[in-house]
Amino acid sequence: MGLIEVLCNAYGPTGREHRVRGIIEKELKGLCSDVYTDRLGNLIAHRPAKSKRGQKIMLCAHMDEIGLIVTYIDKNGFLRFTNVGGVFAERVPYQRVVFENGTTGIVGIEPSKDESKSSGRPKFESMFIDVGARDRESVQRKVRVGDIASFSQQLVFINKKCIAGKAIDDRIGCYCLIEVAKRLKKSIHDIYFVFSVQEEVGGRGARTGAYAIEPAYALAVDVTDTGDTPEAYKMQVSVGKGVAIKVKDSGFITNPIIMDKLAEYARTLSIPHQFEILEHGSTDAAFIQLVKGGVMSGVLSIPTRYIHSTSEVCDLDDVNGTVELLAHVCEKGLD
Amino acid sequence: MLQDLKELSELNGVSGDEIRVREYIKKRVKKHATQISEDPYGNLIVRKGPEKGPRIMLAAHMDEVGLMITGIEKSGLLRFHAIGMMPNVLMAKRVFIGKDKVLGVMGHKPIHLAKEEELKKMPKTKDLFIDIGMSSKEDASKVVQVGDYASFGTEYRENGDSVQGKAFDNRIGCFILLRMIMESDLPAFYSFTVQEEVGLRGARIAANRVKPDVAIAVDTTSSGEWPDDGDTPQYPALGAGAVVTTADRSVICDEKLVRTIRETAEREKIPYQDKRPMIGGTDAGSMHVAGPGVRSAVISVPARYIHSPLSFASRGDILAVEKLLRCSINNIMGKEREWV
Repeated sequence: MGLIEVLCNAYGPTGREHRVRGIIEKELKGLCSDVYTDRLGNLIAHRPAKSKRGQKIMLCAHMDEIGLIVTYIDKNGFLRFTNVGGVFAERVPYQRVVFENGTTGIVGIEPSKDESKSSGRPKFESMFIDVGARDRESVQRKVRVGDIASFSQQLVFINKKCIAGKAIDDRIGCYCLIEVAKRLKKSIHDIYFVFSVQEEVGGRGARTGAYAIEPAYALAVDVTDTGDTPEAYKMQVSVGKGVAIKVKDSGFITNPIIMDKLAEYARTLSIPHQFEILEHGSTDAAFIQLVKGGVMSGVLSIPTRYIHSTSEVCDLDDVNGTVELLAHVCEKGLD
Repeated sequence: MLQDLKELSELNGVSGDEIRVREYIKKRVKKHATQISEDPYGNLIVRKGPEKGPRIMLAAHMDEVGLMITGIEKSGLLRFHAIGMMPNVLMAKRVFIGKDKVLGVMGHKPIHLAKEEELKKMPKTKDLFIDIGMSSKEDASKVVQVGDYASFGTEYRENGDSVQGKAFDNRIGCFILLRMIMESDLPAFYSFTVQEEVGLRGARIAANRVKPDVAIAVDTTSSGEWPDDGDTPQYPALGAGAVVTTADRSVICDEKLVRTIRETAEREKIPYQDKRPMIGGTDAGSMHVAGPGVRSAVISVPARYIHSPLSFASRGDILAVEKLLRCSINNIMGKEREWV
């Protein structure tokens, strides 16, 4: 199993990122002089500058994925739940989910509320997780109120270059950062790789991570929507057409200096790239840019279809282009 | 009688107007504090004990939900803005306005005049008004001005284990911290915060000042019992002990800290229960993302009808929360190295 597969298949809903952290920590062994976990759970790997003139650059990708949190166990052993992060209710019924301890369940829905039989969107209130139990007592030995489940869908290749799986948002970003750490030989710059927690509930990890590091520049690496499927919402980003350099999203406007620099590098290296304007959604960069006296920030996005579903789809060529561009940024700096 | 709770509950202190609560607490803790500081935003931070060891911040907000007068009509009726309350909670209630506590009532059409369709419809908050018995803008303006705060003048009572009053969210939290300051020697930064109800604002600044290693918000939470024949959640329940949060809208609590609190409760046989996940927010939402991040948790007292003129809570639950806080802090202090 490749690293991308291991990362995407891992359990790691928002607030419960430790498994993913463990995987990344192992990969980074020997690559960075200093690897540590901060209080909120961010994994931070540091490659100190070789020169005093080096710029302090923070690369950030989030480890967490959206999940479901148990709110009630009914007398027949069905688990009621609500969302952690931006879960689309209509995508949840009949999915498989897994808890930290391996307990697996299927999401059921009260038949009268099933979307196919009634108009309107289903609500989390009418759904439940079925772990095959007959009563509350037997379930309580495995699951308690407050436990968080992640979706469990194994990653697959839908062609030689395209993968589909859960949590590509944003394990693919984590993968990019790890690859950069592996490729980066030497740099005069001070590089911090931040694998952040709790992005899906509002960039909470990135905010505290950036506070401690106080970088001059930050780049978030995350997924972005595309407009390349039938009847898609108009958006000029496509899977397979290269790394997306963010122009703006609903919480963030890229500093033009950063944007131009990224585009210039991409052109120089002949890395296919596109410019992204995301109308709904944001990334860790929205929070990093406002920390302390402000951080000059940008975002590189991997174009991804069906974000926040159990089969997010992206193209490995885009991923490799992102890695190449990031590695170049780490070597050359951003000003 | 929990005298301090009575006093705190009966003080008026809507978000932004916490001065009376702050002054009361300041007076009470004077003899027991190592250091008392007040910040420009209105937070009161009471330090007890030496500065070494893990910096533990306990936060209880002083503000309560309430109303602000936004306009005086020609008719002498008052327009208002409400924070954190539904219109069905406001209908026909008494309110006390401004420093002079001018009596008003939430105006409503009497049954004799209301049309049938009006009886069936719940009004919107924006359609409600306060009547202070005046018949002109001129007269009303003599006793009330735009910007005055208004709150409910509910008297505090006790009935066995049941404590009953207004502003329990979060004077109960203030009361617990106050007791800990006066009756124990636990080193901590006891923080009485402002403007929680309008967006966890005070705690954000207080946490920047305290720079804690560990933070616990001490608050109230809606109890979940409700007459219902179905198989529906009925927790947390009054009288069933301290409420421990896993996650709410504002914070996903630190796993290790929550585990420590639960283990402490088990060991000390302190009754505790779960909070309903992902509902509401507390000062922990601000504290955990302060600075480089703070390990944070929330311990609450369950209360019925918070964000209304009258709440019920249990004295036993209040004491359980206090004991759980004390034992948990002792636990943390005992394993100092793990927390700094």
